[in-house]
Amino acid sequence: MQTIIISSPLVSHRLSLALPVPRSPLINYHHGAPPSIRLSSHRFTNSLRLFSSAAAAAAASRDSEMATEDVQDPRIAKIAASIRVIPDFPKPGIMFQDITTLLLDTEAFKDTIALFVDRYKGKDISVVAGVEARGFIFGPPIALAIGAKFVPMRKPKKLPGKVISEEYSLEYGTDKIEMHVGAVEPGERAIIIDDLIATGGTLAAAIRLLERVGVKIVECACVIELPELKGKEKLGETPLFVLVSSA
Amino acid sequence: MFASENGLKGDPRLEAISAAIRVVPDFPKKGIMFQDITTLLLDHKAFKHTIDIFVDRYRDMQISVVAGVEARGFLFGPSIALAIGAKFIPLRKPGKLPGKVISESYELEYGHDRLEMHVGTVEPRERVIIIDDLVATGGTLSAAISLLESQGAEVVECACVIGLPEVKGQHKLKGKPLYVLVEPSGVDEFC
Repeated sequence: MQTIIISSPLVSHRLSLALPVPRSPLINYHHGAPPSIRLSSHRFTNSLRLFSSAAAAAAASRDSEMATEDVQDPRIAKIAASIRVIPDFPKPGIMFQDITTLLLDTEAFKDTIALFVDRYKGKDISVVAGVEARGFIFGPPIALAIGAKFVPMRKPKKLPGKVISEEYSLEYGTDKIEMHVGAVEPGERAIIIDDLIATGGTLAAAIRLLERVGVKIVECACVIELPELKGKEKLGETPLFVLVSSA
Repeated sequence: MFASENGLKGDPRLEAISAAIRVVPDFPKKGIMFQDITTLLLDHKAFKHTIDIFVDRYRDMQISVVAGVEARGFLFGPSIALAIGAKFIPLRKPGKLPGKVISESYELEYGHDRLEMHVGTVEPRERVIIIDDLVATGGTLSAAISLLESQGAEVVECACVIGLPEVKGQHKLKGKPLYVLVEPSGVDEFC
């Protein structure tokens, strides 16, 4: 699957050794189907300059693909800036991408939803599936705006009716996600929403669950991707669309 | 307290909302008639009516914060917040929020649980509504009210799609008004 990195280096004046909260470099890219939105935003920290140079070099070599790309969408920078990084949560070494601060920024939250809605409306998508619990925050507003149903995909034993479930691997052990039987019909077209894709395990399980009942997953959509964890490789043929990418 | 007593008597949208809610008997345990809103979310028109009714009520009340109780409050709160230009604040089970939190415990039938909120998310005197899918005893909402008031916010109202009859006495909601769209559906409706 083609990886398109759209980069227009933008060295922020906030770049300094004394950043109180680490910010990740944010490069937007998306995969699979021809992009209808060209989004790009960069902010670099000192420690990640090597990475960003490599990205810039890679982008330069793909100038011919870039030629038809639109200019950077200004909404993306604001969205990226509104996400807070919390070091060592839930355990040491993990830089947690906290979207609760995005939800406090009314413009950024509105823009996030608008970017997804613009991409998916009028595409005959009748199902927005959202993964518990942060997928419940982004999914329903998108579903309402594009005229689709919202289907919650939940941890075991939360859904009251008859369910089908799909197991997936964790670092240690396994977990399951569940969906109500009858929530979707064969042949429906769906998108799956979560706030973030890391290893891709949860989204891959969600894809399998929906495919088992005959639904076509048009795309997985997340606000944030952690590309180092190569989550998109777990999604098989299903394209991935993200707004910001955080290394 | 109920929308039908509060200017929406006879509004056909309320009937559509009520009809879209599925009752699942004996969940999570025998004797409980569980009010399942997932079927409401599958009915795009009824789901939209639900949000529209709340938005119409709150858009001119200078509400700057919508707080939603995990997890089903997350299904309704953000859409309302977006439509009225308010922030959305998730109130979560312990250990989920990554930053500095305050927490409040509340009673369950057996034992208790805790609700958490990030500090620094509301300013003193900000006007807040709290959203959940259903109110039964009011224990969770009371904990939510405590959290928000401890940060200096003014809780204007609690709003739920479904309200169980026992919540008519408002003392458990610390004197805050409660706005509810529908009463629980009976299982008869789904034969």
